[in-house]
Amino acid sequence: MMINTSRIKQFKENLETKRWLLPALLVFVFALSLVIQQFELLDPYVQLIIMYVGINIILTLSLNLINGYMGEFSVGHAGFMAIGAYVASFLTVKVFPTDMAAWLFPLAVIAGGMVAGVVGLVVAFPSFKTRGDYLAIVTLAFGMIVKSVIENIDALGGPRGFLGMEKLSTLPWVFFWVLISVWVIRNLIYSNFGRGVLSIREDEIASDLMSVNTNHVKVLAFTVSSFFAGIAGGLFAHLLQFINPRAFDIIKSTDILIMVYLGGIGSIAGSVIGATVYTVLLEVLRPMGIWRMVFMPLVLVLLMIFRPRGIMGLREFRWFVPVRDMLASRLWREKKAGT
Amino acid sequence: MTYVLQQLLNALQVGSIYALIALGYTMVYGILTMINFAHGDLFMVGAFLCFVAAVTFNLPFVPVLLLSMIGVAFLGVVIERFAYKPLRQAPRVSAIITALGVGLFLENFTLALNPYPKQIPQLLENTTWTFSGLSVSSLQVFVIILSLVLMWILDLIVRRTMVGMAMRAISWDKTVAPLLGVPVNMIISVTFAIGTSLGGAAGVMYALAYPVIDPYMGIMVGWKAFIAAVVGGIGNIRGAMIGGYILGAVEIMVVAFMPSTYRDFIAFVLLLVLLIFRPYGILGKPHPQKV
Amino acid sequence: MSVLKAENVTHYFDGLAAVSGFNLNLEPYELVGIIGPNGAGKTTIFNLITGVYKATHGSISFAGTEIVGRTPSAITALGIARTFQNIRLFKELSVLDNVRIAHYARVRYSPVEALLHMGRFQKEEEEIIGHSMDLLAFLKLDAYADEVSKNLPYGLQRRLEIARALATRPQLLLLDEPAAGMNPNEVSQLMEFIKWIRKEFDLTILLIEHQMHLVMNICERLLVLDFGETIAEGLPRDIQKNPRVLEVYLGEVKC
Repeated sequence: MMINTSRIKQFKENLETKRWLLPALLVFVFALSLVIQQFELLDPYVQLIIMYVGINIILTLSLNLINGYMGEFSVGHAGFMAIGAYVASFLTVKVFPTDMAAWLFPLAVIAGGMVAGVVGLVVAFPSFKTRGDYLAIVTLAFGMIVKSVIENIDALGGPRGFLGMEKLSTLPWVFFWVLISVWVIRNLIYSNFGRGVLSIREDEIASDLMSVNTNHVKVLAFTVSSFFAGIAGGLFAHLLQFINPRAFDIIKSTDILIMVYLGGIGSIAGSVIGATVYTVLLEVLRPMGIWRMVFMPLVLVLLMIFRPRGIMGLREFRWFVPVRDMLASRLWREKKAGT
Repeated sequence: MTYVLQQLLNALQVGSIYALIALGYTMVYGILTMINFAHGDLFMVGAFLCFVAAVTFNLPFVPVLLLSMIGVAFLGVVIERFAYKPLRQAPRVSAIITALGVGLFLENFTLALNPYPKQIPQLLENTTWTFSGLSVSSLQVFVIILSLVLMWILDLIVRRTMVGMAMRAISWDKTVAPLLGVPVNMIISVTFAIGTSLGGAAGVMYALAYPVIDPYMGIMVGWKAFIAAVVGGIGNIRGAMIGGYILGAVEIMVVAFMPSTYRDFIAFVLLLVLLIFRPYGILGKPHPQKV
Repeated sequence: MSVLKAENVTHYFDGLAAVSGFNLNLEPYELVGIIGPNGAGKTTIFNLITGVYKATHGSISFAGTEIVGRTPSAITALGIARTFQNIRLFKELSVLDNVRIAHYARVRYSPVEALLHMGRFQKEEEEIIGHSMDLLAFLKLDAYADEVSKNLPYGLQRRLEIARALATRPQLLLLDEPAAGMNPNEVSQLMEFIKWIRKEFDLTILLIEHQMHLVMNICERLLVLDFGETIAEGLPRDIQKNPRVLEVYLGEVKC
């Protein structure tokens, strides 16, 4: 028992010390991204791809919260993205003074996220009573409604689209927002509310009967999820510098769904991997022309047949798990042995 | 008044097509509780087969229709066997994602073969009759009648034949049906064949009515037909027919009296309102969860 | 004061009375059993008490508070916990997480604190883990804390379900066929176990059971249900002789 305890201590210490590496690494990468942006060390095309990867990570992870962790099936995620994109763009182009736009850009992105979050909160209400296929339809209808509302607002350019945004999404900004979204969603998952989210996936009735206020949990999950979808939309709009309603239609939502299920449900690591693999693969296969779009769905179908839970399904990369949760039982035993 | 009648006629035409596609969704759902999201794209394949048969092989209408229906049915059965069957025990969502993947594959594969939208030749003589201001085209009447005939045949199959009885048995209880000697795999294949062939027929009729076709045409029409199936109560065959006509009517009426850009908006808001008041559709029944 | 008081509770499914005119008064620390043939409405009564269904008529009060119309989570938070006829654990989650989830109503930290892992979050989370592990250890499940719950053997899954229910800190525990699928040896262990947790956690227990042996031995009082109606109520030995009960159970009672 004594040897065992000391080995556990050793293990824990190892992990603790290794964990310092993570923030250090992130700070380093962030600094690197600043340098790259400042001195244009990377080919702009490569930078663009990296930023797409980042935006897709945010989208994938935020949808994974609903579809993977909570086990619902939302198919309107692009709708939230559209709200964020249009709100942020409208602010930087029409509201904020032009010379200040670059400084106020983070505010615009956050505002876009918040409006999307509030709308997400409203969409959570049907989920109190409806589940499964019917909730899928509600989200589908929501996505379509967002698109047609935008098409009917002249101030947003209607079906023609909206332009005039400066290219304000830069490598450091995208990296920053990826970090924030991963951190916040991880925090949510490894909390009381996050366990509520998981228990809804496992068995909603049992969850309710174990005192989980499922309505609160759903509202929180939908709000956080759509907030980050809105953030991704704002970044996307200021990267592309042109948005139109068609960019956020059902095909876009499908794209995000594919990244979620490719990477694996209920996994942060899976979301990162899914978004990265899908985005990069599509770029690498660009020489194939249209045939890459034939090839990719085939890969998805094969993956679903042979690995129905995706690459990482329900598994997690250790560094994403708080020590408290990962070693919960060991730490408890250690404490018992100590006293 | 004539205007309203005119629009109602248009609604019947559009609704017929939605209803035919919605039937495919609902039949597959009824038997597998799975949403076959590739169904809208099978409808598109139907339209393209119509093009190939009419232009490349120069066939007249009846063989074109049969060829499209059989071709799409075959494709549907193949898809079920190779993409969906391995996933029957997997989480339901895997099957849905697979269906989305199959749909994307069909779209992009068709696009790779046909980079430009195609024009369908006039296969049927189209005469227009006018009754005191109301103009009725023979094509319109034909589409409506053919759809109704197909739906009537389907209703007969489901209600009066052994195959139909087996389908209902499986949708009633998947575990017990095989114990009673129902050949489940065979019946599922037959269901896919019938459901998708109706989608193929809808594709042909759509191509006749709106002769320019492109590989992405199935997405929007497919989703709307799916909504029609839900409005009627998914899994319920008569519900799908009713839902199709309701959706057709709503769309046409919105376009008739409001700017056409509101069409989708109103249609989807109506869907949401309906789902709030009748969460299981018009003819659907709730499935109480057992505790 | 009585722990649970059900008065004239009636519930209809599509116009069919699943439970009619049900009355029940549970005093603190009582152990009462509900028996009756399949479809008699026993589980429906549990569902009515825990708020899964809302009673069509009648009133149910828990420690003096009316609970008809409240949500299941609110009722559980008040102090009623239950297990299920067919085990309903959170299958893909660890044993520890199953128990942690049941602490939901005790958490005081806000969603914002949760999203940032700041403020009251750290301390409360550690307390929850501590309580959960203590509880698991108490029920001799701590060795399995990190196992995925679906991988536990059947008997341990049943025990984990009880542990999870206890984690909500109930005053009243509802056990829905706790002995289902157990052999006679396991049933006698279970009887001891039920008596033991009642003592340790100072519980009032209401249970549904088919195993007459268990019911007759540990219940202080029995209710017999048939077609949604209470046909007999009283001490186990009186119930055994009650002619109406014998009629309902003819050929079913195995004493």
